[in-house]
Amino acid sequence: MSTSSDPTPGAIEIPKPSLNARLTGLIGPDVGIVPVLIALVVLVIYFDIRSSVFLSAINVTNLFIQAIVYIFLGMAEVWLLLLGEIDLSLGWVAGASGSIAAIYTNIQYGWPWWAAFLAALVVCTGIGALWGIIVVKLKLPSFIVTLAGSFIVEGALLYVLDHVFDGGGAPIQSSVLNDLTFGNLTPTWSWIFVIAVIAISAAIMITRERARRAAGLRVAPFYRIVVKLVALTVLSVAAALLFNVNRGSFNVVSEGMPFAVPLVFAVLAIYSFVLARTKFGRYMYAIGGNSEAARRAGIPVDRYRVYAFMLGGFTAGIAGLFYVSRLGGYSSSSTDPSVVLYAVAAAVIGGTSLYGGRGKMTYPVVGGVILAVINNGLVLIQISTTMVYVITGAVLLGAVTVDSLARKSQTLLK
Amino acid sequence: MSESVSGEPANAGAVADSDVGIDPSMLLSLRGVSKHFGAVQALRHVDLDVPAGQVTALVGDNGAGKSTLIKTIAGIHEPSSGAKYWNGQKVDTHTPKDAANLGIATVYQDLALCDNLDIVANMYLGFEATKHEILDEITMEKRTEQTLKDLSVTTVHSVRQLVGSLSGGQRQSIAVARAVMRDAKLVIMDEPTAALGVTQTAQVLQLITTLASRGIGVLVISHNLNDVFEVADRIAVMYLGTLVSSGPVANYSMSSAVDLITTGVVSRAA
Repeated sequence: MSTSSDPTPGAIEIPKPSLNARLTGLIGPDVGIVPVLIALVVLVIYFDIRSSVFLSAINVTNLFIQAIVYIFLGMAEVWLLLLGEIDLSLGWVAGASGSIAAIYTNIQYGWPWWAAFLAALVVCTGIGALWGIIVVKLKLPSFIVTLAGSFIVEGALLYVLDHVFDGGGAPIQSSVLNDLTFGNLTPTWSWIFVIAVIAISAAIMITRERARRAAGLRVAPFYRIVVKLVALTVLSVAAALLFNVNRGSFNVVSEGMPFAVPLVFAVLAIYSFVLARTKFGRYMYAIGGNSEAARRAGIPVDRYRVYAFMLGGFTAGIAGLFYVSRLGGYSSSSTDPSVVLYAVAAAVIGGTSLYGGRGKMTYPVVGGVILAVINNGLVLIQISTTMVYVITGAVLLGAVTVDSLARKSQTLLK
Repeated sequence: MSESVSGEPANAGAVADSDVGIDPSMLLSLRGVSKHFGAVQALRHVDLDVPAGQVTALVGDNGAGKSTLIKTIAGIHEPSSGAKYWNGQKVDTHTPKDAANLGIATVYQDLALCDNLDIVANMYLGFEATKHEILDEITMEKRTEQTLKDLSVTTVHSVRQLVGSLSGGQRQSIAVARAVMRDAKLVIMDEPTAALGVTQTAQVLQLITTLASRGIGVLVISHNLNDVFEVADRIAVMYLGTLVSSGPVANYSMSSAVDLITTGVVSRAA
């Protein structure tokens, strides 16, 4: 679809793209996410009809807080899924991270919050590195190594929790740790954040387009930038308005965007930048697409594989901090072994491929939100928890099917 | 080695200390190169000359040692004995990186392309252009477009297409273009037309000719004698690990080539 230079003599005239082709061009490789977004909208509307509380400020805030663990763990898994690997221990690694943070900020040890957080994240990254080295050196499948690893971490963690502080686990005693989930930006700062996000996104998109034009390269039609910016503006303004509503009760004011929102956004932005704009990210995609080709191009494939495990562990560590914050502490009774599978589901629902080479950090965000919407909404309309499982499974299956079909039709269109 | 028509003296087995018999105008020369894997003798005292600016076809039956020879040149295998010369100078290529530094680019049969990345990303894989640690997409895209234009690869709509969506001939062209962009002086291609249809084969053969006309030396392994006689300037025949014959293509006919490939000797009058 050429938009530049005069046609050379004898060149075939390319007809203006059809609406279908324009829509495909607008979304591009994210084409699988459209049905998921549509499903999300449908679910939200459905739950809003069935329950008057669903779209209330307090419920939406709770919903987002519930989604955070899935989102971060999903992002952690994406680092691995991009290489065609998987880490089944990340649920327990997250638990370990939260526990370490809770333990070291406890009065008994009295570490400052940043030291405890650092220790937690270092340990998680180290665990990831360990799995990565085993996978690479012994050439074992990551599924088995991390499955075994998940049992080991689980056992070690439960032992520690039952013996530190004379049993009973580790309650939260740090206000910072508590505020991760329950602290908010003031309404003013919430607006500043939203406006900054829109302004910076617009600046980046427009600068890039102008640079391409100046270099004489083909540029996408301008309306694409407009559509993306409008969508971003609508979403973020809606979010700001919603979060700024006072959702407190009994004369306690609770308003403003939860800290968690800009934190998720910051991690999302940094990771997305690395994946899309740096050699490191490019090599991740290359290794996932064809590791032999990457090796022949001189990329140190084994080293990058270990990096992926380390990044997965690190991100799971972040998830764990939010997890323990939400739970108010961590003990052997707060464990949830299935959380890692939800993490994989979150990444896959958004469109990450299990075989490697395809995925973006925005996918687990969408996937995590959908999983939280399903959970939250079904509980609100009082569906039994057993049905919640069935429906979650059906949505996962549906999302993967639709994504697969959408991609097949896209290649056929070319 | 019967029927050696190349004119260079056969230097079987001896590692030459002086450059006796090495023609410095030849881009690549191999003398007495042998390679064994345990008890299996894959290459026996191979003498080969590859000139720049010409297409040399390496032909032979399955198991004749063509791939092993290519991999030895490309630095993947270390020869058990023998010497390599580049522009008349003795060289050693212990690793693929050494070979790449000399200017040898190999396009393997499986092409080594990443289907999930676009053409620009594949062209620059491992050698990305960056500005302040950020990928310099604009520079890479412009140079890719320029390289494809120089090679007259016109059937590709956009260099931002995913490689997975290209046809076999286009993929082959991209793999070759990648070698050219790295300033390769010798491009080795392993069965480039094996999986291609008629039109795509013609595309690739045209590309091979274009490369040679730019002064690049091209070494092509091929089973397909029709393709060979269409583009090759020189032919080298391998039989059971030995280079049984080499020389200008005019010295060969279809039947003499077939005889050399299947039996190692010419049974009928050439």
